[in-house]
Amino acid sequence: MSERREPIVANLLTGFLGAGKTSLLNRLLSKQSLDDTAVLINEFGAVGLDHLLVESVNDNIVLLKSGCICCTIRADLKEAILTLFDRMHRGDVRPFSRLVIETTGLADPAPILATLSADLMLKYHFRIGNIITVVDVPNGAHNIKIFPESARQIAVADRIIISKSDLADHEAIDGLKSVLKRMNPTAEAIVLDEASDPAETLLLDTIHDLSARPAEVARWIAAETSHGRDHDHSHDLNQHGSIRAFVIEADQAIAWPRFALWLSMLIHRHGRKILRLKGLIDIEGVETPVVVHGVQHIIHRPLHLAAWPDGIRRTRIVVIGESLDRELMQRSFDAFNLNRQVAISA
Amino acid sequence: MCGLCGILNHADHWTNGLAIDDGSAVARPAADRRLRALVANDILSLFGLKLESWAARYTLKSRTGKMAVVDNLGSLWVEAERLTGHPCDPLDPTVLAKLEASSR
Repeated sequence: MSERREPIVANLLTGFLGAGKTSLLNRLLSKQSLDDTAVLINEFGAVGLDHLLVESVNDNIVLLKSGCICCTIRADLKEAILTLFDRMHRGDVRPFSRLVIETTGLADPAPILATLSADLMLKYHFRIGNIITVVDVPNGAHNIKIFPESARQIAVADRIIISKSDLADHEAIDGLKSVLKRMNPTAEAIVLDEASDPAETLLLDTIHDLSARPAEVARWIAAETSHGRDHDHSHDLNQHGSIRAFVIEADQAIAWPRFALWLSMLIHRHGRKILRLKGLIDIEGVETPVVVHGVQHIIHRPLHLAAWPDGIRRTRIVVIGESLDRELMQRSFDAFNLNRQVAISA
Repeated sequence: MCGLCGILNHADHWTNGLAIDDGSAVARPAADRRLRALVANDILSLFGLKLESWAARYTLKSRTGKMAVVDNLGSLWVEAERLTGHPCDPLDPTVLAKLEASSR
C-alpha cells in the first residue's frame, strides 16, 4: 500500500467582477516558490478568457464549463478537482502541493468550501487553506453597498487584497480599508497596486501550517482586543449594514461535548447567517487553546495551538454574522455551556 | 435539510473533537459517544427526546416512540426536528429561559 501524501492545500481566490483576481494570480504564480501550484478557474459566460492569462501553469489549468461555481456545478467542481488529481498521479501534469480555485465574481464562496469539506474523497486528499478576497479601490465600496455577493466575499475572507490602489487617492484607500475592517476585523488587509509584488505567504501561510498558526490566531484575537474593548465595552466589534462582527467570550473553561452540541445546533438552525466564525476555546482538561473556525454550515476540524497568543486563558469567538443579535448569542452560549447541572467528567 | 453537517462523514465529524495533528489525542470512541449522549440529553430533554449510544452511532427516541439512527451531532438536529416537528433553536428565548432556570 502506498504511503499517504500530505493533503494538498486548496486556497480560494474570490472577489467581485473586475476586482483583479486573475492579475493577482498571475503575479503570484510567477514566483518560483509557488511553482508547485495548480489552478482551477471558473469562467462566467460562454467563453472563458481568463485562463489565457494564467500563463505559467498551462498544464495544470482545468477550466470549468458552466456558469456559476457556487450552485449549479458543485459536482463539476468535485470532478474537476479529482480529474486534476488523477492527472497528476498519471504523470500528465507535474506534481502540485497546492491548489488555487478562482471563483467567478458573483460567487458565494461557501458552497465551494462545502464541496471540499463534505466530499469524502476531496476531504481526504485536500484541505482548505486561505480564502483570499480581492477588492478594488475604485469600485469596492460601491459593490459592497449594492451587491450582497461582494459583502459576503469580504466577510468570509482570511486575507483581503485591496487592489488598484494606484487608481485612487489615499482618502479613498483609507475609506475602503475602514469599511473592510468593520466588516471583517479578523482578515489581514493588504494594499496592492499593479506594480506591487504580492507576498507568496498569501498561499503559503495557512492555519494548517504549525509555524504560521500562532500569527494567524493572534490576528483574530487582535481584532477582539483593539475594537471590542476599547470603543464601547460592548464586545460588538463593528457593523456594516446587516453584517456585524462581534465576540462571544467566557472566563471559565468549558466542556468540549457541550460546546460541540451548542455549535452544531447553532449552525444547523442559523448557519446561513454565520458568515465566518473564528475562535479560541478554553476546554476543560486541556491546558492549551483549541482553535475552531468555519464558514456558514461548515466547521473545520478543531486544531491545537501550542500556547495562548496573548497569555490570557479565555474563550474568545469572533463571529461575523448577518442579522445576528450578539447579546442573544452570548446568552445562548452561556446557557448551553456554563453552570449546567449534569456532570460530564469522563 | 442541510447536507453539509457531516452526514456523509460521520467517522470524521468535527464535533468528535480535536484533530490528531500532534499525536496527543487518545482515541476512546465508545466512552466519548456515551459522554456526548449524556450531555446531549441535558438539552434534548427540553424537546422530549433521548439520545443513546448504539454501536458506532446513536439512537434518538421521542416520548411517543418515534426513533431515528443518528451518525453524529451534525445530523442530530435534522432528526430531532423531524421527530418533534418543531425547530430546535438555540437562540429561542423559551429554550434559553428553561436552561437558565435549570442551571446551577
